[in-house]
Formats: sequence, C-alpha cells, structure tokens
Amino acid sequence: MNATLPLAPAEVRAASSSAAEPKRHAALVRVTHWLTTLAFLALLLSGGEIVLSHPRFYWGETGNVNMQPWLNLHVPSSRDTVPTGYGYVLPDQNGWSRYLHFQAAWLAVATGLLYVIWGLFAGHFRLNLLPTSSHLNEIGMSILQHLRFARPSREEAWSYNVLQRLSYLVVIFVLFPLMIWTGLAMSFGFDSAFPLAVRLLGGHQTARSLHFLVTIALVLFLLVHITMIFVAGFRSRMRAMITGHVGTGPSGESRARLDSANQGRATAAKE
Amino acid sequence: MTQISRRTLITTGIAAAAGASGIAVAATLARRHGLIPPDSGGIFGAGETLTYAAQRLLTRHAMAREFSASEISSNPFANEVAPLGDEFNRLQAGNFLDWRMTVDGMAARPTTFSLAELRTFPTSSHTTMIGCEEGWTYIAQWGGVPLSYILDRVGALPQVRYVVYRSIQPDWWESIDMADALHPQTLIAHRMNGGDLPVPFGGPLRLRVPRQLGYKSVKYITSLTLTDDLRKFGKGLGSASPEGGYAWYAGI
Repeated sequence: MNATLPLAPAEVRAASSSAAEPKRHAALVRVTHWLTTLAFLALLLSGGEIVLSHPRFYWGETGNVNMQPWLNLHVPSSRDTVPTGYGYVLPDQNGWSRYLHFQAAWLAVATGLLYVIWGLFAGHFRLNLLPTSSHLNEIGMSILQHLRFARPSREEAWSYNVLQRLSYLVVIFVLFPLMIWTGLAMSFGFDSAFPLAVRLLGGHQTARSLHFLVTIALVLFLLVHITMIFVAGFRSRMRAMITGHVGTGPSGESRARLDSANQGRATAAKE
Repeated sequence: MTQISRRTLITTGIAAAAGASGIAVAATLARRHGLIPPDSGGIFGAGETLTYAAQRLLTRHAMAREFSASEISSNPFANEVAPLGDEFNRLQAGNFLDWRMTVDGMAARPTTFSLAELRTFPTSSHTTMIGCEEGWTYIAQWGGVPLSYILDRVGALPQVRYVVYRSIQPDWWESIDMADALHPQTLIAHRMNGGDLPVPFGGPLRLRVPRQLGYKSVKYITSLTLTDDLRKFGKGLGSASPEGGYAWYAGI
C-alpha cells in the first residue's frame, strides 16, 4: 500500500513550481475558513441573544408561554412575559441581533457555496477530506491517540487524520446544511413559497428546536477543534491556516524533510 | 515586475472592475423593481437588502401556510399590551361603535370607515400561524376585510407603492409594500376563531399580514395612508420598527 500523503492540486502545482515551500492550505481554504469563523461567531452571539427573548423550546408547529416546552433553559429572559423564576428582565437585544444574524447568515452561505463549489472542482473533498480505506482501518488507533491527547506526528501537519476528515465532512455536509434548512424553515416568507421546507421537518417549533440542537453540535465541534489545535501546536496550526506555511519548529516540519521521510515510508510499505 | 505578478495584477483588476460594475447594475435593477427596503442604510443594510430582495423574488404571490380547524391553538398567547389610554377605554365602553379607520394619501376617494361599515364589507378568512420575533407561535382563524378591497374602494392611485398603517397606541405605526398590501391573505381583521376579535389580540381592528412576523400585524388600527415614498414618514426608515432597531421587513 502506498503510504504517501494525498496532496491537494494546489499543493501539487505549488510543489512543481519554483516556489520553495508549498502551502499547507490553499488560499481559498484559508480565506473561507476565516470568513466562516467570523460569520459563525456573529451568528452564535446574535442567536444566543435571540434565544434569551424566549429560552424555551417546543415540538410541532406551535409553542408559547401557555404551552409546555420540552426544554426550558432556566436562564433569565429579555422579556417579562416569560416565566423564568428570576426577579429581573434582561435588556432587549433582538433588534440588532436579528439584523446581524441574517447578515452573517448571508456571509456564511455565500462563503460556504464558494468553498463547496471550489472544493468539488479542485478535488479538495475527494483528495483531502474523503477517508480512504486505509484511513478507516486506522480509526480505532486514531481514537486511542485522541483520547491520550497524543501530539500528532510531524507528517500529520500536512494531512488530516481520519477523525478530522469525518468530523469536517459532517460539519460541511450535514450540520451546516441542516442549520440553513432549519433557519429558513422558521421564515414565514420563505415557507409561503416552500411550505415543504417546514412541513418535512415537522413544524415551525420543531425547526426552531432543531436549529438550537444543531447549534449545540457546532459549538461542541468548535470546542474540540480549538482543543485539538492546542494539542497539535497552536502556533504552527494557526500559521498554516493564516499564511499557508507550516514552517519548521517543534510541531511543524519543512516539506522537503517530510518528503524524504515519506519516500522512505512508502518504500518500506511496498516491501 | 515578473510575468506572474503582472498577470495576477491584470486578472485581479478585471475581476474587481467586473465585480464593481456587476454590483452597480444589480443595485439599479433592484431599485427599479422595488427590491430595496427603506432601512437599507447602515451597517446591516447589505444583509437586509439581500433578504428582502431574495424573498420578494421568491414569494411575491406565494400564500402563507394554512392549517386545518383542528390545528387552531387552544391556548394562544396574546402578548402584553401597554395601557391603551383614555380614548381607547372610551371607545371600548361604547362597544367600539364609534371606532373609525381613516384611509388617506394617494387615493381618489379618501374615506373614513366606521367599524359597523367595515363589518358589512366582504369578509375573507384564513387559519394561519402568527409568530413573534421572540420565537413563539400560535395558530388561529382570522377573519376580516381584505386590504385589497379597501384599496379598491378608496380608489388607490396606480403609483401607490406602500401602505402605512397606524395604531391607536401612540408612535406605533408600520408599513408594507404592495406585494403584501394586495395579497389576498392580508386582512383588516375584526374576527378571530369565529368571534369578534378580542381586545388582547388586537380588537376591534388589527392588520393581519401572515407572511411576516407578528409585529407587522399591528393591533388597534385607526388609519391607513397610501404613499409612493416612505421617506416622508417618521425618520424615513419605513416604520417605527427600524426606529426602534428592528427590521422593516419581517418575512424572516
């Protein structure tokens, strides 16, 4: 089995040109990564503010303070009509929160579309994110390494491990589309043109509950993502996602040295 | 300058020029087709314009979802209402017989209608969901006079682009575009779930715009003004909502 690491076409091009050091992440990946980060944080902040005006969740079409929620967050609210048990009401932030939420949603969707279309054409998903059978065979070991918070090997600075691949694919192709769908399903205007969007989900309040649950999933992903960046080496990973250079250092390795190491590994694997 | 950087420079320049002229063309087209909301200025103007324009292109004639009688909420929530004032209390004591709704502005026959008169007009009804920007919802059957009937009756001029409407509650006014004003489900509602519209839910008269959030369905309607330009009203942002920090368009 060939153990050399798959390269993104951008990396192949860069490696074959006169450039000294190829980029770890293509420019488009880096730009869309940080635009998505910006949009996500704006959506999270504004979404949190909107939830505070009614921190209760229901299933089905209807839900209000006269009905029993399946989930009551038991946090103070920005509306005095919500029975929270707290003796005070938070200031109303829904105006700017809603404006910001939808503006950031446009940024997230536009960025996501650009990334997905580019990724399909450039082979990004096929080459860099789709796990191979050898990746899937390593899944048990990869889980063990993660549980031990083992610092990844140097070559991993140039590729994604199997758990990374699977979690990124879930975020890109499951959680983000679900977020957009459940968000749009809460729009009365959108539902008038596309009633199936909300009907298939099981109702307006179900869409709102799912929107909240997917947020929790994305926040968990973000926490693990940031933790893993620290485990793998904050400086090198940040540098790679900002400048594209992995650089040399304790957790980064120059491409040239890595290539010769891979050559050795590939030869060994064939024998 | 190297070959690569010159090529990059030229490509970037062409892309930037194409992008800038594309945006300029899009803005002109959007303005011509009424796709720019009145609160398009400011830092959230881009998102607001995209949302309004996209929804108007998709939803112009679409109908709000309707529900069956069995889905009507047994426990609707009326939301709280600020004290309605002496004038309202006086009208309520008189069983709203003296309630009036004035229609003026760009109309051939500006008219003041009494509640009794409005009740004799053709009635339309629909069982639709009302949702608050806070996130809660309920379903009710709403009945009333289609706003389009009122516009016909007063002889709305062809250049009317917006209908401004006001509540008896001071400083509470809203406006909608003609896509919503002429929409068959937009009602001057005076009935709810088979009875007279109760006061907590906006009785005796409430504008019901089911394709937008509840704050566009203003309670206690006293007047309508037909106009071609929202800049003449209040701070020029379209309604009291943007003046209080909320979006003018509430289809999302």
